[in-house]
Amino acid sequence: MSFLRIRDLSLVLRGTPHRLLRNVSLDVAATEVMGLVGESGAGKSMIGKAVLGILPRSVQVVSGRIELDGVDLLGLPPKARRGLIGAKAALIPQDPLTALNPSRRIQPQITDRLVQILGWDRARANTRALEIVNEVHIAQPERVLKSYPHELSGGMRQRILIASAFAAEPRLIVADEPTTALDVTVQKQILKLIFEMQANHGTALLFVTHDLGVVAKICQRLTVLYGGLVVEEAGVREFFKGPKHAYSRALLAATPRHTDPDADLAPVPEAVIAAVQAEVTEADERWSHV
Amino acid sequence: MSDLYHVEDLHLSLPDMTKKPMFGAAPRIEILKGMSFSIPRGQVLGIVGGSGSGKSTLGRAMVRLLEPTGGRVIFDGHDITHLPESGLRPLRRRFQMIFQDPMSSLNPRQTVGRIIAAPLTLHGVAEPKARALEALERVGLPRSFARRFPHQLSGGQRQRIGIARAIALNPDFILADEIVSGLDVSSQAQVLSILRTLVRDMGLTLAFISHDLSVIRRLCDRVLVLHHGEIVEDALCDALFAAPKAAYTRELLDAIPDPDPENAWFTRA
Ligand SMILES: Nc1ncnc2c1ncn2[C@@H]1O[C@H](COP(=O)(O)OP(=O)(O)O)[C@@H](O)[C@H]1O
Ligand SMILES: Nc1ncnc2c1ncn2[C@@H]1O[C@H](COP(=O)(O)OP(=O)(O)O)[C@@H](O)[C@H]1O
Ligand SMILES: [Mg+2]
Ligand SMILES: [Mg+2]
Repeated sequence: MSFLRIRDLSLVLRGTPHRLLRNVSLDVAATEVMGLVGESGAGKSMIGKAVLGILPRSVQVVSGRIELDGVDLLGLPPKARRGLIGAKAALIPQDPLTALNPSRRIQPQITDRLVQILGWDRARANTRALEIVNEVHIAQPERVLKSYPHELSGGMRQRILIASAFAAEPRLIVADEPTTALDVTVQKQILKLIFEMQANHGTALLFVTHDLGVVAKICQRLTVLYGGLVVEEAGVREFFKGPKHAYSRALLAATPRHTDPDADLAPVPEAVIAAVQAEVTEADERWSHV
Repeated sequence: MSDLYHVEDLHLSLPDMTKKPMFGAAPRIEILKGMSFSIPRGQVLGIVGGSGSGKSTLGRAMVRLLEPTGGRVIFDGHDITHLPESGLRPLRRRFQMIFQDPMSSLNPRQTVGRIIAAPLTLHGVAEPKARALEALERVGLPRSFARRFPHQLSGGQRQRIGIARAIALNPDFILADEIVSGLDVSSQAQVLSILRTLVRDMGLTLAFISHDLSVIRRLCDRVLVLHHGEIVEDALCDALFAAPKAAYTRELLDAIPDPDPENAWFTRA
């Protein structure tokens, strides 16, 4: 059964008919790693934010369901919704520098959530912080917990955010481009860590990325978005053997493949853009007639 | 002489402001620790390395936005290492630099046409408007784009404006610093294809700075690998990918996620 089940989710820019997500349906099974890919502006982050209940004020849910462990989040009153999301889901954000408060030490930035949202006592939260920081392979964890964000490298900060996300044993983690700001060698280490933590904790993972190479390394299934519309959903192995949708095929053809001396890169052809754009228009026409 | 650039034992150090004492001079940090290489005319040279390895500093020293603290930079037979601005002025239009976001430093109220024409006017080139329109066409954009404003363009289109601005001067050399880094793969493929065509048609020599070796493979003839301010490998592109020599190059290659799940990095229990 799906741990995360999204059905026909549509979001608009508040006060306008302009949809940012167009009847998005998506399932992530418990313990599964689902990749969410597409070009910038496709709506990847909006899906993650909707699941975590952190949509910007300018964006409004106009229809659909988001079920977490069988409970429809959108039907819950705000406080109950926040409680449920806090207990079952967590975020690994993109930019470790802006995600951490520069003027506070690391430790309270991990424990605050445990205390304030989950009602743990301080002592238990502190013990857990040390335990989880150990688990993400940080040397001298006591010292690191007492440091400020700027005293740590980018890779180290991302390890802290991974530890923080796993601290309360969530059943679902949304990782939004967690390695995009990192050097490629650090990216590989961080992907390894996320893979390891996900496997050891049996957490469902929704992995947002613009990089099909990263999807190939860490995901089991993937969903391809264009203009807020799901154009393809597939198992990773079958997808990379041959995507079904013309847009997905073009996206894969535009992705550099360094192992192949002759592979040429082709931009997504204009005809393919026109065709997928027509699908978007058609979806909007159907939408405005219901 | 067939080498357009000749760089010899290039050193560059800067005062480290983070370690400056209350009184007196800040200690200096060495950013470029003696780099030597030449670029033959018409070559496309990739410059790769992790963040902080010195790629942008090297680029800025080559086009003399920074003055080296040691060694020599020879451009087309001219020693430009310590050349004062007055001496550089007539050479400047021959070497151009394109930045990651060419629009960020520009007046958002200026049209694309004026943005491209500005350096032409500055260098006293005749008919700047006509040359700007020609440059737009060379990067595959219609002339009507000249009337647009930067905010009306996509990231890929802005980057093509940056290229148009550089080639409008008909330079011998272009240094592109991470110009495809923020782009989606489709725009990236498009920009790379435009660069390849320009190199071929205009006889350009190009240095292409990127942190991404998979992009470099699609464009470059030769690669310099930088690590902590030093060149750790200098090889022809095919040779580098077939048999990397430096441990750091192998580490970089090993960390590129190729879009192929059969070549798995991690295994599920
Ligand atoms: N704070 C916001 N308010 C309104 N619209 C937004 C906001 N952030 C992003 N958008 C718009 O929502 C769409 C989807 O954005 P996003 O989910 O961030 O894309 P992605 O993560 O795939 O790059 C885009 O068209 C973007 O312009
Ligand atoms: N103006 C400056 N003052 C002091 N240090 C600098 C300055 N510019 C760059 N550096 C340092 O020089 C090193 C190389 O920087 P840079 O050439 O920008 O690297 P890259 O482009 O490869 O990321 C880095 O360690 C950086 O912190
Ligand atoms: Mg995003
Ligand atoms: Mg740089």
